[in-house]
Amino acid sequence: MGQLMQQQPAAPTAKAAQAAKAGKMAGAGGSDTQQFLTFVLGGEMYALGILNVKEIIEYGQLTEIPMMPASIRGVINLRGAVVPVVDLAARFGGHASAVQRRTCIVIVEVAQEDGKIDIGIMVDAVSEVLEIAHAEIEPPPAFGTKIRADFIDGMGKVAGRFVIILDIERVLSVDEMAALASVGETTVDAVAEAGVH
Amino acid sequence: MDELTSAFVNESRDQLVAMEDGLLTLEQNPDDKDNLNAIFRAAHTIKGGSGVIECRYIESFTHKVENVLDRLRNGEITATGELASVMLACCDHMGDLLEVLVAGRAEPPADLKAKGDALTTELSTRYMNEAVAQPAKDGVPVEQVDDVVASGGGAVTTEAWHISLRFGQNVLRQGMDPLSFLRFLAGQGEIVSMETIPDAMPAAAAMDPESCYLGFEIRFQTRGKKADIERVFEFCRDDCTLNILPPRSKVSEYVALIESLPEDNLRLGEILVRCGALTQAELDQGLGLQGEIARRIADETSESGEPAPPKGPPIGEILVEQKSIQKEVVEAAAQKQATVTEKRAVEARTIRVQADKLDQLIDLVGELVIAGASASLLAQKSAKTDLIESTSVLSRLVENIRDSALQLRMVQIGETFHRFNRVVRDVSKELGKEIELVINGAETELDKTVVEKIGDPLMHLVRNSLDHGIEPAAVRVAQGKPACGRVTLNARHDSGNVVIEISDDGGGLNKEKITAKALERGVIQPGQTLSDAEIVNLIFEPGFSTVEKVSNLSGRGVGMDVVRRNILALRGTVDVASVEGQGATFTIRLPLTLAIIDGFLTAVDKASYVIPLDMVVECIELDADSADRTYINLRGEVLPFVRLREWFEVTGDPPTRENVVVVQCAGRKAGIVVDQLLGEFQTVIKPLGSLFRNMRGIGGSTILGSGEVALILDVQALVNRCVKREEQAAHAGNATRRHEMSLLADHA
Repeated sequence: MGQLMQQQPAAPTAKAAQAAKAGKMAGAGGSDTQQFLTFVLGGEMYALGILNVKEIIEYGQLTEIPMMPASIRGVINLRGAVVPVVDLAARFGGHASAVQRRTCIVIVEVAQEDGKIDIGIMVDAVSEVLEIAHAEIEPPPAFGTKIRADFIDGMGKVAGRFVIILDIERVLSVDEMAALASVGETTVDAVAEAGVH
Repeated sequence: MDELTSAFVNESRDQLVAMEDGLLTLEQNPDDKDNLNAIFRAAHTIKGGSGVIECRYIESFTHKVENVLDRLRNGEITATGELASVMLACCDHMGDLLEVLVAGRAEPPADLKAKGDALTTELSTRYMNEAVAQPAKDGVPVEQVDDVVASGGGAVTTEAWHISLRFGQNVLRQGMDPLSFLRFLAGQGEIVSMETIPDAMPAAAAMDPESCYLGFEIRFQTRGKKADIERVFEFCRDDCTLNILPPRSKVSEYVALIESLPEDNLRLGEILVRCGALTQAELDQGLGLQGEIARRIADETSESGEPAPPKGPPIGEILVEQKSIQKEVVEAAAQKQATVTEKRAVEARTIRVQADKLDQLIDLVGELVIAGASASLLAQKSAKTDLIESTSVLSRLVENIRDSALQLRMVQIGETFHRFNRVVRDVSKELGKEIELVINGAETELDKTVVEKIGDPLMHLVRNSLDHGIEPAAVRVAQGKPACGRVTLNARHDSGNVVIEISDDGGGLNKEKITAKALERGVIQPGQTLSDAEIVNLIFEPGFSTVEKVSNLSGRGVGMDVVRRNILALRGTVDVASVEGQGATFTIRLPLTLAIIDGFLTAVDKASYVIPLDMVVECIELDADSADRTYINLRGEVLPFVRLREWFEVTGDPPTRENVVVVQCAGRKAGIVVDQLLGEFQTVIKPLGSLFRNMRGIGGSTILGSGEVALILDVQALVNRCVKREEQAAHAGNATRRHEMSLLADHA
């Protein structure tokens, strides 16, 4: 009950933020719709702002990095640059996704404190580019989705279905993932330290 | 910041370094005239430049500094340690003022201004006060005048310099404003009168508004010398016609000047009269004389029947012969010429290149190496002999290009070393010790990025030697050492590495103190026996400092482990050797470059791993006996090893034959067990990015010829883990044995 009460005021603020964002987008693009790349992951449909997407490549020649959590799949050679690849399914808390016939890597550009970096995300299949009007975007639900609420930017209504629009900067937060990557290390150290004393 | 300003800032920084070097030499060698001139020149160039970009605060401060230097140069004051100290402080202040300019502020902040004022007051009260009295005493100006013997033709009676200036058409296009030169000139003395010569100005239709057509005739009163006036126009020297006549020049010289200029002689004569250079009588006489000379030349020509040589002996010679010009002026001019030639020679040998352009080149060469490797791989696969041959020629060329490109980034370490002259001087004064710095191998070259990053660790080590290493003079004398301590900086190449040594002839490291401290801090366990070398190297452990009193130089207990961490980040190593009572030597080993290395390619399962080749000692096969242990017998030596397969949690069965790569790092040896050895490989280092910043055991990545990404092993981290695990195992073993013993005892 208390939880519900707390959630109530959160919704309008999220909506307001959404509206502000929409206003900004409209100001920049001069239209009240926004384009999204939709893709499938574990049977669920997700969308990603098209402005973040640099390119889509076929999955292949990935080098695994040892001692990394499952969410960091490895690195690829993207025309001479070494780009890390994130397994989104594992990042969302599920199992590592298996490579299928239509598995792709979407290269997205995310802003970090020290400039922009490219990160690849592994998805089961890329669907299409959709235009969703801002009026059709609902604020994220407080609970009930499979993934963390703060990963969701909004819910887009497309042909009577909901598409989860991802907040990609949150999903691919380098700080958070790097911290996750070091958790394994520290536990090893802790065990080692414990072994000494 | 515009182009001119940034050029000035760069130039001035170089000049400040030169000036500082000069001042440090001055202390040891006060009579070195060349050095004094060099210092003066540096200060003057800065002043001149600041005048041109109209940066008043730098100009006025530097002017005062220059005045003192000028007196020093003329022998009116003597060089002392104190003077050098003040001058060095002035140098620093000029550096600070430059930063203010870089920051784009109109004037320095109040505290900096106060500091500058304090310095100028000190300069003027201590070194300029005598200035007023001394020239009269020495009679310098009188002497100058006496040197000029008026011989024939009569000297002009006016007491001012005459400057005849014609700006070149391109002056404005090159970003120089004639007006600022004149304004700067006015700052050097007093402009008595000035006439503008607009004669070169074409008709309005033909005029190019971007060209400068103006000329000036200036009467100028100054205590300075001809060279000083010339320096005012140093920046546009090549672009303008400049004639300077000293006070009391002969009329004939004015005539020669009038003749040499393109304007109509009579008109120019009038202008000179108008601006007070000549009187009408002098002019008439002069022009008469000129006619006479012309007649005489004509006579000579007709007599000998040959055309007269267009020019007689060089003007300088004639002038000196006639004693009509001060010796000093000729000397100054000659010196000026010498510097110009010298400068040109240096310019021809080096060019300035933007650092990022070089970085871009290195990046491209890196791509070329990768592409070349891929081409060779394809050629090998195709099994066509001629294709293999041509790709092998190509890869040899690529290798040469790689080496020359890396060579471009190599800089001498000398500049970094010489900075420590100042540090040693200041610190030894502060500590009241007498210390000299000896530099060897300043010409040793290493990568620019390495040089930039090695400065701080070196500073820590040198300060440490000064503060803790060298004993006070009294102690030294009591021990039979020379009172003056010595710190040596030494650099040399050693098999693909650069070795930098910092040694002192001080007391060395105190092993008992270090051991006690290490025990107290829990760095070592009681009962642990360590070799001497291990004990002294404990000082690099985190949180270690043996000095009870924290001085502002070192001893904050962060120094040594930060030093080691910084050096490790450059893929280098540092260690220390010490002989008690005779001194300590810190040895830093650094790789030559950070961009491309020679690697050794190995494979585990399907993944490839690169081990830096200079760490690989040998490769052996892992025999079946050792397979279930964690160490092998390497010719009677116990060699701990780590299985990469286990370490990296690779699933699947190992192949029947495994190999051990024996690596050496920071004096420790260890084995790395891999599945396959694939041989040497040119490795272009690609950073893994911020996502992997917390990862240990992997130092970076590279791209193979096949386009695959391979990981570069961080051997240091692996070896440390390996050694640590061995120690833990030993401890654990002891513990279990003890536990068993106690159980047995209980039973009994």
